[in-house]
Amino acid sequence: MAVAVLLFCVGVLLATGVGAVAGARRSATAAIVYGLSLLVSAVALAVAFAALAFDSQWVQTLRLPVGLPWLGAHFRLDALAALFLIVVNLGGLTASLYGLGYGRHEEAPGRVLPFFPAFLAGMNLVVLADDAFTFLLAWEFMSLVSWALVMAHHREAGNARAGYIYLLMASFGTLALLLAFGLLAGPEGGYAFDAIRRAVPDPALATAVLVLALLGAGSKAGLVPLHVWLPLAHPAAPSHVSALMSGVMTKVAVYGFVRIVFDLLGPPLWWWGAVVLVLGGVTAVLGVLYALMQHDLKRLLAYHTVENIGIVFIGLGLALSFQANLMGPAAALALTAALFHVFNHSVFKSLLFFGAGAVLTATGERDMERLGGLIHRMPFTAFAFLAGSIAISALPPLNGFVSEWLTFQGILLSPKLPQWLLKFLVPAIGAMLALSAALAAGCFVKAFGVTFLGRHRSSAAQGARETDGFSLAAMFLLVFLCLLAGVLPGFFIDGLAPATQQLLGARLEPQAEMAWLTLVPIAEGRSSYNGLLLFLLIGAAALLCAKAIHRWASRAVRRSAAWDCGFPDPSPLTQYTAGSFAQPIRRVFGTVAFRAREEVSMPPPGETGPATLRVHMRDLVWDGLYVPVERFIGFAADLLNRVQFWTIRAYLNLVFFSVVLLLMVLTLWS
Amino acid sequence: MELIGKVLVQLVQLLLVLALAPLLTGYIRHLKARLLRRRGPAVVQPYRDLLKLIRKEVVLADNASWLFRAAPYIIFAATLIAASLVPTFATGLVFSPAADLIAIVALLGAARFFLALAGLDVGTSFGGIGSSREMMIASLAEPAMLMFVFSLSLLAGSTQLSSVADFMQRPEVGLRVSLALSLVALIMVAIAENGRIPADNPATHLELTMIHEAMILEYSGRHLAVIELAAYLKLLLYFSLIACVFVPWGLATAGEGFGAFAIGLGWYVAKLAVGGFLLAVFETGTAKMRVFRLSDFLGVALMLGLLAALLLFVSRGL
Repeated sequence: MAVAVLLFCVGVLLATGVGAVAGARRSATAAIVYGLSLLVSAVALAVAFAALAFDSQWVQTLRLPVGLPWLGAHFRLDALAALFLIVVNLGGLTASLYGLGYGRHEEAPGRVLPFFPAFLAGMNLVVLADDAFTFLLAWEFMSLVSWALVMAHHREAGNARAGYIYLLMASFGTLALLLAFGLLAGPEGGYAFDAIRRAVPDPALATAVLVLALLGAGSKAGLVPLHVWLPLAHPAAPSHVSALMSGVMTKVAVYGFVRIVFDLLGPPLWWWGAVVLVLGGVTAVLGVLYALMQHDLKRLLAYHTVENIGIVFIGLGLALSFQANLMGPAAALALTAALFHVFNHSVFKSLLFFGAGAVLTATGERDMERLGGLIHRMPFTAFAFLAGSIAISALPPLNGFVSEWLTFQGILLSPKLPQWLLKFLVPAIGAMLALSAALAAGCFVKAFGVTFLGRHRSSAAQGARETDGFSLAAMFLLVFLCLLAGVLPGFFIDGLAPATQQLLGARLEPQAEMAWLTLVPIAEGRSSYNGLLLFLLIGAAALLCAKAIHRWASRAVRRSAAWDCGFPDPSPLTQYTAGSFAQPIRRVFGTVAFRAREEVSMPPPGETGPATLRVHMRDLVWDGLYVPVERFIGFAADLLNRVQFWTIRAYLNLVFFSVVLLLMVLTLWS
Repeated sequence: MELIGKVLVQLVQLLLVLALAPLLTGYIRHLKARLLRRRGPAVVQPYRDLLKLIRKEVVLADNASWLFRAAPYIIFAATLIAASLVPTFATGLVFSPAADLIAIVALLGAARFFLALAGLDVGTSFGGIGSSREMMIASLAEPAMLMFVFSLSLLAGSTQLSSVADFMQRPEVGLRVSLALSLVALIMVAIAENGRIPADNPATHLELTMIHEAMILEYSGRHLAVIELAAYLKLLLYFSLIACVFVPWGLATAGEGFGAFAIGLGWYVAKLAVGGFLLAVFETGTAKMRVFRLSDFLGVALMLGLLAALLLFVSRGL
């Protein structure tokens, strides 16, 4: 029943997309499309929530007679799927709400409206799919539709290239997943997930599947070094689509990885965890370092998605390591941390992209160096963006901190692991996680401070106006969720328990029943956290202090020019910029990570020309991996080009010898 | 009824740290002046400064936003709550399960986040320089701090400070190389986090060398008083932390009577006195280092923390 309702929702979304093609030229279409998407997302959200909250043990399946004739299309709703459906449809709901306001400014609605509901439908289908064929079809559909959305503003500089790289990486990812499912299904071709689940692949084959799943799902999620498309493509799309791509689609990729590795693949080997941990740690640190170097607000946010995906994969790697050593409760803790971070990141990343979109509509600028002082012009957007910044920087009492804290608790359990490699590796990963959390705070001081604080750096920033009510409603809904998941995390964590129970056979103790709603993941004497109490205490202390001082000491305020050590400069260009804010960090970390070099040229004494400072940075991942691959493909294509000019005899010979060779291989193989 | 008593004890601890924090700073300043053979301000001078400041009017820069005015109170509240959750005279107080050591560090991180934003709010170059350097130092200090937490949790099996303090009081802990390394690492982190010499000079008024002072350059009156008080509290917090982990003797346990609390309080003040003296001597004997040498300084702290953890892996006895 629930599956049928969800599939009906998908159908309505697809129909809305088709209808939008017909009505793209009418002005009312935008409101209808976003309104319908909002409604359908709300229904799907409610269904998924009900399935998770009230009937967690109960798995529903449905088979439709479409697709491959001998297979049909299988769909299934279990705890894991319900969880990710909540993430997808919550993102869809808020993005549609935001789109109701934001979409009015769209200059080419015909390039966005048909694809927006289709994108939502695709993501829902991936999560619902229960056989390899349907999964891959939905995955590819999701990729293509989001590609179309990336290309919505195809005339803007750089967007065509972003779309091209995205298309390449998406095809590569799907290819890897196709091979992974091929290996999982085996020669008999049992493509239904049920059949795959029953078969236990041998370790070598399973390892190959893991590598392919890392390549396929990892390229979609943005694992370093497969992240290169993400910071190009996500900012290129309209902002509510950026929010969906960054906040939700990367989570669908995480879903793909979790589904394959934790559910379909059977018992893990211990060193898989080490591989995933290293990838996660490197992704987290490099992602935030890249983000710190950006001055394009949306690209900064996109790089931060890379960082957060790294954090999620650290949790997943820990869960794999614990699970391989049959440490159920510890694995449940790590997986809970990862899944909770998936939810949290989808909430605050959507929020931040909505904020960036509001800034973009108000000023027409994404470059932080030309913004500034927006807190005076757009106070509500500024407040929402501030809340999102606190949440993503993993600061209490908001939600980002809770999931990172749980990840740390998982890391602190690692000494119990028997393998020495993991024992030594996990503390280092913990240090990387702490580093990325601290750098993220620095990055969001920069993002919020340079964009919203200080003085206006351009007339566009000076003339900015507060954004519309729909956008604000979407943002404040997410702010509320950030706070709710931060101060009452117990309820959310209990909601994740059916998924960990399903995948690992273990779960955390029910957290919502603990005294004072304190979070106690392992044991009372070991570690605990109570966001609600901290929030109330800090709020009370701040209010009491302010009241007491105002009441008994002084409340006088005088406005005056800034002090600035006695030398205030009227030009707003003398403020710290995004580039100068990041300079110390660039100097400490960037010299290694980006080969950053500063080149200062001073005019000789007596001349009055300006001095210049040039910063040279290199993207080592791009230079070290993608440039050689590109060069090799070019080289190979040149060689193959000659084949085009052979005679017909040569072609026949080629075909003949190829067939002989293949037959020989086949004989030797079997 | 019992709960009210427990909450009252917690409240006493909160008021205690609030009352002692300026005294500690005044004491260290006085000692430093004496070590330089100056007469120095009275020990109670910080109280006088605070009182003077909160009575004065606030001079706000023209384009200061609401964040600039709210930030001091948020910074103060977060630091105060963090400081009152670290055991001072007794362990196991009623609110101590609200935050373990990681959460306490994160609370300080939240305070720093707002301080750095406040530094950027007016849009002056000095505020920016302070904020940007503060965030760089934080990014180096936090991994080192986490390595310390890791070795602590490895040894004591807990990140809850009350449990850690109880564990450390047991005779079987003894002297360990790993503890010594952790202590050095924690002290280095504490020095950097509190902006003490050699990381930053709390007494400087030379613009280009300051970090913390640069961020709060635009603050005046009651806002400045509250921020200064938060800085005093943060220093006291790190003293309490070092005391409760490495010299936990004399700590009372919640539920013991007032006698035990009084003894615990006596011990706590004595520990602060010794710690403050050591800090004053150290600061007088050291020169401030260049900003970009700090990465080496904190890198050493990180390495020491890592070494401590590795030693604990190799041998339970070290």
